[in-house]
Amino acid sequence: MIDRKFIGYASKPFVADVERGRLRFFAKAIGETNPLYLDEDTARRAGHPDLPVPQTFFFCLEMDRPDPYGWFDDLGIELPKVLHGEQQFTYHRLAYAGDRLRFDSTVTDVYDKKGGLLEFVVQDNVITNQRAERVAEFRRTLVIRHG
Amino acid sequence: MDEAVRYSRVNVGDVLPPLVMPPVSRLTLALYCGASGDHNPLHVDQDFAREAGLGDVIAHGMLIMAYMGRTLTNWVPQEAIQTFGTRFQAMTRVGDAITCTARITEKLADTLPDAHAVRVTVEARDQRGELKAAGDALIALPV
Repeated sequence: MIDRKFIGYASKPFVADVERGRLRFFAKAIGETNPLYLDEDTARRAGHPDLPVPQTFFFCLEMDRPDPYGWFDDLGIELPKVLHGEQQFTYHRLAYAGDRLRFDSTVTDVYDKKGGLLEFVVQDNVITNQRAERVAEFRRTLVIRHG
Repeated sequence: MDEAVRYSRVNVGDVLPPLVMPPVSRLTLALYCGASGDHNPLHVDQDFAREAGLGDVIAHGMLIMAYMGRTLTNWVPQEAIQTFGTRFQAMTRVGDAITCTARITEKLADTLPDAHAVRVTVEARDQRGELKAAGDALIALPV
């Protein structure tokens, strides 16, 4: 069982640079066909300063931490038992290639169901840009399978 | 986007254009592993997945959510999307062909000063109709 004392556990703040090439690679990986996400000239003509960060890529940027699963070790979570249960984003403004985004990540809940067969860990992330503007928040809910 | 989607012109029950994806292959998962930065071996290493009791690799939930998100940005500009969330319901395996469907389930008038919001539910299912993920988004539209 995951110790409930980890509710409130904060990861070291992480800063990620949004790279244009990486955004294009991501667009390819998800089969994106909208040129707004592939071609910076199209993005500029649509009024954007550069390629926008797509909706779910914020989650990916957070995983660019040097040790993205380090907090699993601290909490005693075994990677092979983990499934992604739920994912929620709230958006405030777009982010773009060239931006530098800061991620503040905190474990906000730990609970179990089915008499402990399933454990749930909720982690909240706050994303701010280089101008200290709030860009988005996201909540990741992980499910840990026991047996 | 040919013409802006307007609050006054949409109705509860309206269906967004679906997104039909080719079957998920091992290459799909390898590309997503690299591009997303999610290097969890459960998605690309068959030996690891077998030892974890899953038989074979499974797709990243976030790949499915990215497909779901594309149904939204194919319909409205991304800046219109206020919230987007999903619950992952079943594992996606190699060979599964995902189709994402979305429809307007609620019109929330007067929730924002200059625009009105609609709730859109989004589902991802495979070729057998099995529900892989279900979620919703709050989207602000010009009046």
